[in-house]
Amino acid sequence: MSYLEYAVKTTPSGLRKVLYLNWPLVLLLTAVASVGFLMLYSVSGGSLSPWAEPQMKRFGVGLIGMFIIAMVPVWFWRNVSGVAYGLSLLLLLYVEFFGHVGMGAQRWINLGFIRLQPSELMKIALVMFLAAYYDWLPVKKVSHPLWVLIPVLIIVLPTFLVVKQPDLGTAILLLTGGGAVMFLAGVHWAYFATVISAAVGLVWAVFQSRGTDWQLIKDYQFRRIDTFLDPSQDQLGAGYHITQSKIALGSGGWTGRGYMQGTQSRLNFLPEKHTDFIFTTLAEEFGFVGSVSLLALYALIMVFCVGSAMNNQNRYASLLTLGIATTFFLFFAVNMSMVMGLAPVVGVPLPLVSYGGSAMLVLMLAFGLVQSAHIHKPR
Amino acid sequence: MRSHRNARDQQASGRRLTRRAALLGGAQLSFMGLLGWRMRHLQVDQADEFRMLAEENRINIRLIPPSRGEIFDRNGAAIASNEPAYRITIVREDAGDVDAVLTRLSQLIDLDPADIERAKAEMDRSAPFLPITLAERVSWEDVSKIAVNTPALPGITPDVGLSRFYPLAKDFAHVVGYVGPVSDYDLSKIEDPDQLLRIPRFQIGKVGLEARMEDDLRGSAGTRRVEVNAVGRVMRELDRQEGQPGANLQLTTDVMLQNYVQARLGDESAAAVVIDTTNGDLLAVGSAPSFDPNLFVRGISVSDYRALTQNNHRPLAAKSVQGIYPPGSTFKMVVALAGLDEGLITPEETFWCGGYLEVANRRFHCWKRGGHGHVNMAQSLRESCDVYYYELASRIGIEKVSAMANRLGLGIRHDLPLSAVAAGLAPTKAWKKEVRGEDWLIGDTVNASIGQGFVLASPLQLAVMTARVATGRSVTPRLIKSIDGVEQPSGSGESLGLNPTHLNYVRDGMYEVSNSRKGTGYSSRIIAETMRMAGKSGTSQVRNITAAERAAGVTSNDDLPWERRDHALWVDFAPFDDPKIAVAVVVEHGGGGSSVAAPIARDITLQALYNGDPPLDAYPAKDRDRIAEQQDRLRALRPDLGQDSKSRA
Repeated sequence: MSYLEYAVKTTPSGLRKVLYLNWPLVLLLTAVASVGFLMLYSVSGGSLSPWAEPQMKRFGVGLIGMFIIAMVPVWFWRNVSGVAYGLSLLLLLYVEFFGHVGMGAQRWINLGFIRLQPSELMKIALVMFLAAYYDWLPVKKVSHPLWVLIPVLIIVLPTFLVVKQPDLGTAILLLTGGGAVMFLAGVHWAYFATVISAAVGLVWAVFQSRGTDWQLIKDYQFRRIDTFLDPSQDQLGAGYHITQSKIALGSGGWTGRGYMQGTQSRLNFLPEKHTDFIFTTLAEEFGFVGSVSLLALYALIMVFCVGSAMNNQNRYASLLTLGIATTFFLFFAVNMSMVMGLAPVVGVPLPLVSYGGSAMLVLMLAFGLVQSAHIHKPR
Repeated sequence: MRSHRNARDQQASGRRLTRRAALLGGAQLSFMGLLGWRMRHLQVDQADEFRMLAEENRINIRLIPPSRGEIFDRNGAAIASNEPAYRITIVREDAGDVDAVLTRLSQLIDLDPADIERAKAEMDRSAPFLPITLAERVSWEDVSKIAVNTPALPGITPDVGLSRFYPLAKDFAHVVGYVGPVSDYDLSKIEDPDQLLRIPRFQIGKVGLEARMEDDLRGSAGTRRVEVNAVGRVMRELDRQEGQPGANLQLTTDVMLQNYVQARLGDESAAAVVIDTTNGDLLAVGSAPSFDPNLFVRGISVSDYRALTQNNHRPLAAKSVQGIYPPGSTFKMVVALAGLDEGLITPEETFWCGGYLEVANRRFHCWKRGGHGHVNMAQSLRESCDVYYYELASRIGIEKVSAMANRLGLGIRHDLPLSAVAAGLAPTKAWKKEVRGEDWLIGDTVNASIGQGFVLASPLQLAVMTARVATGRSVTPRLIKSIDGVEQPSGSGESLGLNPTHLNYVRDGMYEVSNSRKGTGYSSRIIAETMRMAGKSGTSQVRNITAAERAAGVTSNDDLPWERRDHALWVDFAPFDDPKIAVAVVVEHGGGGSSVAAPIARDITLQALYNGDPPLDAYPAKDRDRIAEQQDRLRALRPDLGQDSKSRA
């Protein structure tokens, strides 16, 4: 039970809801985002522009959005889950077919104040829709093949569109995040075992397809995999990133070189050092202590989410909370593995820390849903 | 909660959810443990090793921009080349106090305050270790001043690079286009852009050939590994791998002829195209007035740019390929050939021209008020009788006329590597229905028969049409002769499948236009026996003459404001016996085709045939004094190509 809760058995209403917010979670999110501001200030050589200041503004907007979403009862969000999913799918289709203006691919829609990436929205909408689906589906039917096929389609459709963009990182997040919700909902073990073996087969097929005319992924994605397997063979391109990022990380040592004293991440030209590779700067400047502290902050966020979900009797609310927590976990797990050379470079940002509006805003809105679930849990 | 879910069911699901949540949470936590262990491994166990690598990590990899492919004319004279350019860059990180450094620098050399503002704005937007350009194209003198004062100017580096240069300035602006620094907008249009484009102010083609042939011209980047000191300054170069320079292009154009065309068009708002009828080579593609593309490479000033955009003669437009005009009477060859090809007329058949034809209660006038009397085909071309074509086109129908226009290269877009090549228009009933939502009227056919109304063609298309009439083959224009020495396919084309006798009727008619005393182009004829030309004049209206105007008698061009005057057109091919070139000239709002466009076209034709200034006895005797004076005047505008230009190809 939350620390502010009296023995109130009814769902709070009006402004009193503010008291029932999961305040530790709010503080944790702010702490992680502040780490981001510090690092962005550092990578731009001690200046609020071009990255730290816009990031702060976006976090402010995100925070307000989170509070607004939190105030709306969670059953409302359950009822609009299908709409959210459908809308995100339409937007994905829109950028798929109309985003190809001029010569390049376009993954975003310009809303004026922000460039909205439908694939970001989909990460949350997918979890919402799956949670609503399993809330609606009688538990007995959960493992029935037909009722398993439907959520699989729900997951595969947007994943396919995202892979076409091509955005491998998001595709992995959608697939794994969706799978996690199915797993949580209680789908039989055997299905997961089958899918995992099929995935192994698919990886095999992808490698077989290389160089043929039915090649399944883009050349540059193959190159990223090559580089991951043997970073030394591509010193100028992506291999350079991994090697440099490991050197920056490792040279941090126990306590790091000190704030704004990092040389590696600044001397060596890492083009994405304010986005996907920002963790290297943190690791270099604050060392092992700093890296583990950030990891601990992330872990605490997970703990609070899982704790909130396990205390929630509402199936939709707990599935939603766990699904969002898993997606969040995937964000930082994939990003950190990537910069530490445990996974290929797939382009997933460090959540709430990397520079970028779309991801920041969508994550904050997602935590708004978690808060809404927390406030409106059956008491 | 839903009714079908009983309490036990819900409890069971709750338990399972909790169990699986704990399982998943546990898995995630252990993965985080793995991450932490990996961090420890990298940052604690291997720290010394990486620290050492970091100290040694003074080796930076820098890109070497390749030299852009150069562009030559058919004889090897340079049209676009690269020249060394010095620029001054500043690295914010190294400069420390940027304002102080800039103040000291501006005391040393002349800096534009606007450039400083721009550089400061750019610095705010980009990472501190990226070099920002302060000034471009600085003199060697300024560079040495900076070199001497290096200690007082931290972060300031003079830099040498190659920059595009167009030695012929205005002559090729509309063909070659120009390059400019890559912009965010350019980058946003390219998927997975070349790393080169990330170099600040890297030059890429913006317009014309430079833009369309960008991939060939750019080349690929080289790399050099350099050792840097603790603040990132380059100490020495370790090794370098040269990139691949861009491909050189050789064009089919001739710089001398192009220069003559531009000079001859002068200040008129006009375009001229010279095409080699034997293989489709474009010998000259002129558009006037022109502009200096070097201005754009350097960064054009606002006032210069405004002067170009506000000029009503539109210097920035490449009128020869982008401009579309009603072809006027030059379209009559199309109608005549369509009639012959369909067997709907014989060359001997005559129509009566009484000065006008009444169609659907409307009078369509012939340009000759009094009428031409009985007119056959040769006469109709020679004297450009309009009524003959009103009658003929009404008999053929618009569909067949337009089909013939397409066969002769009108209304279709010719594939040239230039910006915004116009397709023109050979209208059909379906086109009007679709685009204008109206039915085709007989009056539309009558208008189209003399190249008015909906018909539109570019000077390029008119030249192609003339070349096709002259040869009977589907001559296609070619602008690039070779790419890095690899010859491009010729445009001589297949036979059009037109009856040679029919073609000869039309060619004979065109011959009479220029060489018969009654021909509209007689005063601009060529008298050199082996160089005789066959042509056709065109005067196309850009306005409707109102009844009030007709009553007041204000129909003379000279009384009208410039932008309402008629377009003057002329097409020809020569020599008549063995056609080598075809020429099209359009003078916007120039007035009469035979009086304005024909003399220009004749001069250009002769210049092309003689490959330089023609002897005066090629001209009719009465013109010679004027021509001699004109030759002297235009010769002064000729570029100096040096001795070896002819041998460089």
